[in-house]
Amino acid sequence: MSDNTINIDGQTVPFLPGQTIMEAAMAAEVYIPHLCHNPEFTPHGSCKLCTVSVNGRSAAACTMPAAAGQQILNNTEELNANRRALVQMLFVEGNHFCPFCEKSGNCQLQALGYYLGMMDPHYNHFYPARAVDGSHPDVLLDLNRCIMCELCVRASRDVDGKNVFGLTGRGIHTHITVNSPSGRLGDTNLAVSDKAAEVCPVGAIIKKRHGFAVPIGERLYDHKTIREVQTEAHK
Amino acid sequence: MSEQKKIRVATCSLAGCFGCHMSFLDIDERLLQLLEHIEFDRTPLTDIKHCGPCDVGIIEGGVCNSENVHVLKEFRKNCKVLVAIGACAVNGGIPAVRNNIDLWECFQEVYHYGIGLKNGQIPNDPELPLPFDQVHPIYEVVKVDYFLPGCPPPADAIWKFLTDLLAGKTPKLEYETLHYD
Ligand code: SF4
Ligand code: SF4
Ligand code: FES
Repeated sequence: MSDNTINIDGQTVPFLPGQTIMEAAMAAEVYIPHLCHNPEFTPHGSCKLCTVSVNGRSAAACTMPAAAGQQILNNTEELNANRRALVQMLFVEGNHFCPFCEKSGNCQLQALGYYLGMMDPHYNHFYPARAVDGSHPDVLLDLNRCIMCELCVRASRDVDGKNVFGLTGRGIHTHITVNSPSGRLGDTNLAVSDKAAEVCPVGAIIKKRHGFAVPIGERLYDHKTIREVQTEAHK
Repeated sequence: MSEQKKIRVATCSLAGCFGCHMSFLDIDERLLQLLEHIEFDRTPLTDIKHCGPCDVGIIEGGVCNSENVHVLKEFRKNCKVLVAIGACAVNGGIPAVRNNIDLWECFQEVYHYGIGLKNGQIPNDPELPLPFDQVHPIYEVVKVDYFLPGCPPPADAIWKFLTDLLAGKTPKLEYETLHYD
């Protein structure tokens, strides 16, 4: 075996120095479930959906650097059961009513639920009181569906150079805030063309007046699993 | 599936809209095929008021008032297998959107201030079941054996689910029939 390879579920995967396990896997079209990770941004490592076993120890594939000879378990029943539990927790920690969510069918949280065979949220629901901010003319912010992945924060800060969003609070009180004196999205310089307005993997940041432009049944994950969609996208 | 002894099935809608029952009827002529193997106990289709001993109980809707809890517990007590059907039974669904609205304010809006309302009255007949301040899915109240999500689940999903169950298999849905919406 050459030096710069790792082994994922029995498959030899090459990596370039500096790559994470996730990056090496994506390049080799090996799917590792992930939610807070988006290849366009610096890894965040918060959702833990991408947890794999590296030489017998759990690690987040999106932040763990690939190192020669790593023996990695990824697509196992046990790891997928853990991932399913994480997705279930995300569902009960927010207010997710897919039947009337405009993101339904295009939502990565929902698609992971389907992929991992989640039939019910299992845990008791929190039904937290979360705000909806409709003050911006073109963008709706519905924190009921936010999973705190910080992609909007990263996009606004690193791509748009605006810092519209921030994360505040600790533990269960963690939530997204809007960086304007009033705390309202309408009082920021967010533009609908910003990266931050389109990066949300769930239905927390929604562009207004695009509702049902693509009908239910013809959406991203309606006929293809998130594994198929994301493996094709990263080819 | 035994020919002599039919599988006894009960169904009901708690805090639901009967949409799941309508979707169940959408299995169309397959209903006749199903009726060769099952018989109904309490359902909206029969006039049986209380659920008796059954093989399968199917519950649509979450729990929004005291009567829902009584019915749900009666089903659990009498049904060997209990199935939650539809988004509302699985996570509270649309009725649970009121969970962060004060119940009194909610009633006022519905019976007093709603568009087109005049001299509205909030019903308070003692016969009416006591509404809860929140709507919850049924598995938070009783043990549920199987879940069939969807708003409503498509007829094909219901058909696949029921035929698997009646054949004594763990119900398994194809990717395209598993939906939360
Ligand atoms: S954000 Fe996703 S999981 Fe949440 S309600 Fe919308 S579609 Fe469902
Ligand atoms: S609003 Fe969307 S992108 Fe921002 S943290 Fe929440 S889920 Fe992530
Ligand atoms: S994808 Fe790695 S922690 Fe979220």
